[in-house]
Amino acid sequence: MSEIKMTEAPPGIEGPGFVATSLDKVIGLARSNSIWPLPFATSCCGIEFMATMGANYDLARFGSERLSFSPRQADLLMVMGTIAKKMAPVLRQVYLQMAEPRWVIAVGACASSGGIFDTYSVLQGIDRVIPVDVYVPGCPPRPEQIIDGVMRIQDLVKNESLRRRNSAEYKQLLAGYGIQ
Amino acid sequence: MLTNQYALNRIKEAFGDHITDASESYEMLTVSVNKDSYFDLIKFLKEDAELNCMFLTDLTGIHDPNRVNEELGVIVHLHNLTANFRIRVKTFASAEHHSIKSLTSLFKGANWMERETFDFFGIHFSGHPNMKRILNVDDMDYHPLLKQYPMEDQTREDKNNKYFGR
Repeated sequence: MSEIKMTEAPPGIEGPGFVATSLDKVIGLARSNSIWPLPFATSCCGIEFMATMGANYDLARFGSERLSFSPRQADLLMVMGTIAKKMAPVLRQVYLQMAEPRWVIAVGACASSGGIFDTYSVLQGIDRVIPVDVYVPGCPPRPEQIIDGVMRIQDLVKNESLRRRNSAEYKQLLAGYGIQ
Repeated sequence: MLTNQYALNRIKEAFGDHITDASESYEMLTVSVNKDSYFDLIKFLKEDAELNCMFLTDLTGIHDPNRVNEELGVIVHLHNLTANFRIRVKTFASAEHHSIKSLTSLFKGANWMERETFDFFGIHFSGHPNMKRILNVDDMDYHPLLKQYPMEDQTREDKNNKYFGR
């Protein structure tokens, strides 16, 4: 028998037959262990992501085995690879089609900063068109690094206040990107 | 067999002084033609029964600011598939007057390649049915392969010029 590791219950008041804790924590726990990623793979980082999804590294262990190829059902946009300037409006549209709450991870040097492609035709980091939660360095990053990035997203999801998406700061952040 | 020398003689017979230069590199015949005869030469190469260059392999541009009054160039590669004969045709124009007759009436494939050449070098092909950008973003306001523009993205502030050779 393999050992199955269960996620820990959030801190709260426990008694016979009941647990009392805050709603934020329960929802955070549920969300962070069932993230549906949308892979936006344009180059070699996407190949590393395929390895990450494969049996050796197995992203399913983190509750993310169900890829969503429609942005409408996705929680996490994973941008992996070089984004040309001509692709930028497409990426932005994909982000806009995602429902809140949504997270974005920029995998690899190109998605994070343009990488080696310091040229007129390449977007110098996806944070020029959409807000990014986690950046994964590497060219391309190893699957372990991608998993580390996803785990950091899990941390963010777990600890996010349910009110964050309605906060003035968040609206200001989106307005900074001309969204809404 | 169709030799370079024979082809060159045929071309010179038909166009004479309009051929400004002819050479051979890596066994491939290269002729330069003045701008006004460019279209006619390509048409001749395509429709002549012997030369019969029926395939447009490539069409691209070049920008050399050191060539005064002929800074911009168009380079065409043609291929005679039956005789396996290849030829390169060059024509040059000044940076101010660079409207060149489109080959789209001869080769359908020229449509894409001329748009690409326009996109990157700003060379205008007159008679092209859809002379607009094809690869770069539509709102780009310059032609990026002209030498006066730097290759690097100019919006970055986090790169120290000293370390990046700018």
